[in-house]
Amino acid sequence: MPLPIEMPKLSDTMTEGTLVKWQKKVGDKVEMGDVLAEIETDKATMEMEAFDDGTLAEIYVQEGEKVAVGQQIALLALPGDKPGDAAAPRPAAPVKTSAKADSSTVAPPAAPAPVAEVPVPASGAKVKASPLARRIAAARGVDLTRVAGSGPGGRIVQRDVLEAKPGAPAAAPKRPGTPAQPAMGAPAASVQSIPALPAGPNDRTLPLSGMRRVIAERLVASKSTVPHFYLQIEVDAAPLLALRSEINATAEASGRGKITVNDLVIKAVIAALGRVPKVNAAWAGDAIIEYAAINLSVAVAVEDGLVTPVLRDAAGKSLGEISETVKDLATRARTKKLKPEEYQGGTFTLSNLGSYGIESFFAIVNPPQAAILSVGAAVKKPVVNGAGQIVAGQRMTLGLSCDHRVVDGSLGSQFLGELRAFIEKPALMLL
Amino acid sequence: MMEAESRSFADAEINRCLTPEEKIQFLRQMFRIRRFEQTSLKAYNAGKMGGFLHLYTGQESVAVATISLLGENDHVITAYRDHGHALVCGMEMGECMAEFFGKATGSSKGKGGSMHLFAPDKRYWGGHGIVAGQTPLGLGIAYALKYKGIRGCCLCYLGDGAVNQGVFHESLNLASLMSLPVIYIIENNGYSMGTSLARSSAFKQMLAQRAEGYNIPWDHANGENIYEMRVKTQAAIERAHEESRPTVLEIATYRYYGHSVADANARKYRTPEEIEHYKTYHDPLRLWQKRLVDEGILTEEQADAIDHEARAEAEVASRFADESPFPTEADIFTDVYSEVDQPVGDGPHGTYFFN
Amino acid sequence: MPLITYRKALNDALAEELLRDENVVLLGEEVAEYNGAYKVTEGLWARFGSKRVVDTPISEAGFVGMAVGASMLGIRPVVELMFWSFSYVTFDQIINNAGCVRYMSGGQIACPIVIRGPANGGTNVGATHSHTPENFLANTPGLKVVCPATAYDAKGLMKAAIRDNDPVMFMENTLLYGEQWEVPEEEYLIPIGVADVKREGTDISLIAHGRAVLTCLKAAEILQAQHGISAEVVDLRSIRPLDEETLLASVRKTHRAVLVEENKPFCGVDAQIASLIQEKAFDELDAPIQRISALDAPAIYSPPLEKLQLPTPDRVVQKALSIC
Repeated sequence: MPLPIEMPKLSDTMTEGTLVKWQKKVGDKVEMGDVLAEIETDKATMEMEAFDDGTLAEIYVQEGEKVAVGQQIALLALPGDKPGDAAAPRPAAPVKTSAKADSSTVAPPAAPAPVAEVPVPASGAKVKASPLARRIAAARGVDLTRVAGSGPGGRIVQRDVLEAKPGAPAAAPKRPGTPAQPAMGAPAASVQSIPALPAGPNDRTLPLSGMRRVIAERLVASKSTVPHFYLQIEVDAAPLLALRSEINATAEASGRGKITVNDLVIKAVIAALGRVPKVNAAWAGDAIIEYAAINLSVAVAVEDGLVTPVLRDAAGKSLGEISETVKDLATRARTKKLKPEEYQGGTFTLSNLGSYGIESFFAIVNPPQAAILSVGAAVKKPVVNGAGQIVAGQRMTLGLSCDHRVVDGSLGSQFLGELRAFIEKPALMLL
Repeated sequence: MMEAESRSFADAEINRCLTPEEKIQFLRQMFRIRRFEQTSLKAYNAGKMGGFLHLYTGQESVAVATISLLGENDHVITAYRDHGHALVCGMEMGECMAEFFGKATGSSKGKGGSMHLFAPDKRYWGGHGIVAGQTPLGLGIAYALKYKGIRGCCLCYLGDGAVNQGVFHESLNLASLMSLPVIYIIENNGYSMGTSLARSSAFKQMLAQRAEGYNIPWDHANGENIYEMRVKTQAAIERAHEESRPTVLEIATYRYYGHSVADANARKYRTPEEIEHYKTYHDPLRLWQKRLVDEGILTEEQADAIDHEARAEAEVASRFADESPFPTEADIFTDVYSEVDQPVGDGPHGTYFFN
Repeated sequence: MPLITYRKALNDALAEELLRDENVVLLGEEVAEYNGAYKVTEGLWARFGSKRVVDTPISEAGFVGMAVGASMLGIRPVVELMFWSFSYVTFDQIINNAGCVRYMSGGQIACPIVIRGPANGGTNVGATHSHTPENFLANTPGLKVVCPATAYDAKGLMKAAIRDNDPVMFMENTLLYGEQWEVPEEEYLIPIGVADVKREGTDISLIAHGRAVLTCLKAAEILQAQHGISAEVVDLRSIRPLDEETLLASVRKTHRAVLVEENKPFCGVDAQIASLIQEKAFDELDAPIQRISALDAPAIYSPPLEKLQLPTPDRVVQKALSIC
């Protein structure tokens, strides 16, 4: 029987080899110990020896081909074999080039994950409790979201659960802990998360960035815990636009930067907040804080979300200062170069989607602030003037979303009225 | 001159007392090692085993000649090029090959591999993977013999690369200081891995001469001359038995293959001509076979028959290894602690394994 | 019960085992004629002679390897390392030969050797002489590692170690050699792999080995006296094998654990213990597991600072308070 010759394993790490050169031809006599071929392994080119005497009957792998260890590469006829004796199984095809081999091993996209059948627990993963407290709570039916933690860092520990009644409302922590945190950034504990439609083969599942996660947590907390109401007013933007053209014409001549409609709106908001300081305020749980300083958060769209850098101590700022500061903050917000103190501590927020052509909208309150102003685009539309005539006007719609705990309807209306006055008669801002 | 010297070794008492059967047995042992290793290399190339395989091919006469002199209280320990010593000490081809294949029927139940063959019942203590790591162990075996008042010795083999390890020198110092019956046999095959003797060791005449610094007698022998090795080794054994003194014996030999089969440069750090030269003019099998034919105690046909028996034995061993089962996953945790395998009293106490 | 020193307890254990088994041999630097660098082997050479108590040259790789080889033939060597720090020059012999020979021979060869000596910082001998390699050695399956904290444990564990058929790494402490404890006169053994609750408590478990056990006992007194906290002190005694049950039982009782060791923190023994507790008693924990180790730098020489580098009762108290 002829003897099949296989690609040898020539080193401890070799899994495939390239046949560099055959040292024997078909028909050559071979003696044990003769070099049959040169094989390139992962380490080097090495010689492949014959272990038996005979005649090289067939060669299956040509020079330059790469095959796996153990694959048949030739057939050795032993002394006494007849030419027709070849009983060799068909050798397998050589390993293809590595790139193709790699692509063929890529697994098909995973089937969509089944929608979880177990409902997501309402008491979210954000409750900080020790493993022991969790175990006892589960056994006793204690809702951990209603238990105040007395352990280090407010962690719910065994004794808190033991003292809590099943389903009881939150008791005050046993130990005086840190003062109650403002609502800012604290997510609602009992938001039922509705499972998304599972991702299909062509869909992309994007992991949450830190910013996305913060936006999600804060806005869920705001929308589900802050009692929102909304006011809307349409104002005449023509005087503001006229003023802007006038200023920018001079600015251009003198080489200074142009100001935007938003800069002027900001100036007007600051003036209005000065007149109605109760809107420049926050809900503090057991009190309302009315801020002396106006720190205006300005929403800036950035890649993957938005940030609200703060125009600090805005009350005394000139239009030029406002324009430059906002421009600088927005630029650095987009390049993620803001320092934390530059986007924290705002007292009122302004969001302007006018540049996208949005005419009106209502933003979600940015807690713990009491209100947020939504500024739409200045659009031309027919208006009835004081003389009862229909004329072309430049109109802008302003929306105010309020935390009803701090701002009532009349107060919000008062603020919008003042704001309208400043926008429609910008000269008043000089007073 | 060489002829005369060679004849004087043959005429030495220790060799004159050899029977023709014993001399033929030396040839048989060399054939067994060579065919066993060729079969193991074939199996390695076929992917039957993992790791390394350090072939002794070309050096067979050293193990055969030196171990041929040992009595029932004499012991052997060596490094990782251990196949020859194992077989000469009496290990079976099957248990060794099965060990190479990582099978449960292997001499170490598939837990040691080719570098770690052991047969303490045959006074063969391995098979050690770290260069020179076995040199103090051989010393310890000699220490135990002396402590127990047993008239014996330990042959501790090492390669020419091991002489530069610090622990070998510590062992020489202790051997001389404590006067222990250990015989260090340096099998000098000219290369420590891929580095030639000249590029790896500083010495005057011989590596063994370093023994002088420790007041240890030393000698050297030609590894292709079984008679000479027996004479030199016998002198060392007598020194160990009679005076409980160590010896360093250096034996010149040559390996045909690389440091291990994974030695990618086996034919680069020396020329193919050099290897061919050794195979043609210095092959210990050929030389011993020719000598026995010359002495008239063996015919070529009888030699071929011995060769064929060795090949057949190796084939059977290979088949045995192939057909044997692998160890089970549970076997991973046996033979780690004796107390776990054979509890004493109310033990074992505590956790031994951490997963 | 008589009060004897940790040193004397070891000396008694060695003498008793030399008498009991003629295959027991003491080997090491200065162990015989000099009576031991730290006098642990004092008087033994005079009593048992040069065959049983053997001076070696300063040659750790050589004599540890020699002892490993001798143990393969049934000798029971007790090898002294003047410091465990010196084990680093003989790691090949300890890990590859003592630790692996049984496994690699498929169980054919046993290695009944004891390697002993001090492994501690705190004596201002600098980083090279202050290593605590119990974690390295316990990382090698095949080796056993014990760290007795008292004279009583040192004696019982030494006798058990010498009779053990596996290689035992025995770690002592030079700061404890002169300390006294009650030790019974009658013979006793302490099985390797059994921990000891050195003080019972209900509020928090302080788990330690070696001298850190004594630090924990002091901390437990302070916690009780000044803070009304009842701390339990668990002495591991043996690192490998490890008495998991005793330490887990303590955590199940107190629901809080502070792990204390004089080893360095990264991959220290207590990293393993912490992993074990969270794996096997996670739902019992009422607070995160805390660790106190030597401050994570080479042992500093400066005497007042080295005192601070090792765990102190005060650090243990503060850590305990942080989770109570």
